[in-house]
Amino acid sequence: MSKLTEIRWHGRGGQGAKTASLLLADAAFNTGQYVQGFPEYGPERMGAPITAYNRISKTPIRVHSNIYEPDYVVVVDETLLATIDVTAGLKETGGIIINTPKSPAEIKPLLSGYKGKIYTIDARQISETALGKNFPNTPMLGAIVKVSGIMEIEQFIEDMQASFNHKFATKPQVIEGNMKALSMAIEEVQSDEK
Amino acid sequence: MSIRDRLSGNEAIAIAMKQINPDVLPAFPITPSTEIPQYFSQYVANGEVDTEFVTVESEHSAMSACIGSEAAGARTFTATSSAGLALMFEMLYVAASSRLPITLACVNRALTGPININADHSDSMGARDSGWIQIYSENNQEAYDNFIQAVKIAEHKDVMLPAMVCQDGFITSHAVENIELIEDAAVKTFVGDYSPEDYLLNEKDKLAVGPYDTVSFYLEHKRQQAEAMINAKRVALEVAAEYEAITGRKYGLFETYKLEDADTALVIINSTAGTAKDAIDALRNAGKKVGLLKIRLFRPFPKDEIAEALKHVKAIAVMDRAESFSAAGGPLFAEVRSAMYDCAEHPAIVNYIYGLGGRDVRTTDIESVYTDLDTIVESGNIGETYRYLGVRE
Repeated sequence: MSKLTEIRWHGRGGQGAKTASLLLADAAFNTGQYVQGFPEYGPERMGAPITAYNRISKTPIRVHSNIYEPDYVVVVDETLLATIDVTAGLKETGGIIINTPKSPAEIKPLLSGYKGKIYTIDARQISETALGKNFPNTPMLGAIVKVSGIMEIEQFIEDMQASFNHKFATKPQVIEGNMKALSMAIEEVQSDEK
Repeated sequence: MSIRDRLSGNEAIAIAMKQINPDVLPAFPITPSTEIPQYFSQYVANGEVDTEFVTVESEHSAMSACIGSEAAGARTFTATSSAGLALMFEMLYVAASSRLPITLACVNRALTGPININADHSDSMGARDSGWIQIYSENNQEAYDNFIQAVKIAEHKDVMLPAMVCQDGFITSHAVENIELIEDAAVKTFVGDYSPEDYLLNEKDKLAVGPYDTVSFYLEHKRQQAEAMINAKRVALEVAAEYEAITGRKYGLFETYKLEDADTALVIINSTAGTAKDAIDALRNAGKKVGLLKIRLFRPFPKDEIAEALKHVKAIAVMDRAESFSAAGGPLFAEVRSAMYDCAEHPAIVNYIYGLGGRDVRTTDIESVYTDLDTIVESGNIGETYRYLGVRE
């Protein structure tokens, strides 16, 4: 693993892409790494495209610009593929993860010739099964951790359990669902690797 | 014992405020500083502080309430951005001239016209002549460290001036990054109690605050304010030394990075300094002797020390994240170039206006500035000194 991993999130306002980037920063922080988690701010509103970013590194991070050549891209809403060039600058040594019921082979033609790895995950279906509602960010978080290898899966699961226990102390009924959504995502993320 | 955490710049400021537990905190929300009073109001509601939290109907009233409470003898903080600072403008001068050491967290945001919520320094640069100490911060860690130190600098008996601690809106205020916090008790001990010599609630020694100042005295009062600002430079270094003793983190009037043997250098403020450091490392690996000077104290402006640090450099680019519409360059450029006037040999100095309204600055943008400086050194021709970085024309 190179010393700096850069991730770009694409979502729509209200879907939790910003929250997911902050949760990922938290999880990586808890494994002793240096992190940045930040959204790109502008005139946000529900449903409009938004971008968020993560840098995760073994050494202190000084740069304070957006990310133009990410190692990984996470697309929380597949309808963005029609309007946003989600693979812009994406390194071919890295990969893209898309929330869709489709397979990587079905998605490939929509990614303007991107030659890196393509992963898909039906985060909506997982979320609805595990949580009874469409909150795609928890499964997407599980998928990016699995795909990027920025931390050990077991440590990540342990950590998220503690984090959810804390975050949902007043709503313990959603802890189990979120944990289930994470583990289903880690299981079910599909790759186009032969 | 330091506490390893990850916080946004706004959270870092709110926690510094909580650890100090001021007497009064009046505030009016404005993006991107809103989170600071928002987090602080939770600390009040949870009983984690016993601060009097005053909600007001405008920033003019927020600063007025700060003035009233600080004059009464109460340690007072506030936070604002952009148009909020502009609306305080009249009262900023009253706070400074009344010698009230209020500490303000300024989360830098462009001033409206056209409306924009993102980072630049037009707000705090607009207030540079108001008599406030100004301290700038590259990241969340510096915002936290600077805020704690600012309280102590402002309240020093040889200073007694208000201070604003600035950081870049969204870029650092809303970015979660690693940070080392100090334990609550250590912060409280470091800052100490606020015990002004004169204050309104002192019934034994009555005073008037803010009366009319006649022609016979106004000039002398302004000179006293100026003396206090001169003293602030020395006090800032004393406080930084004390802070280093408890944290190991070293602060000065400014920071230099690989400047000692540099042929070309940038002078820069806030978050872009971090981006520039990465660019410098890449250029150094390619054999280029490049460095930077990052402003920490802008008010007072450490002109002699800056000139001494930069005098050996062949060409300098002064980076302004604010327009001053002088048609001759930005505010930092004017000050740095003036500081260099007394050097026996002047480096070539040019100005770049950059990043206005949150325009992103990449390492490649910074590298292009060093390339321009190389051209100046090689050709001996400075060319236009008033330049824009990355503008579409």
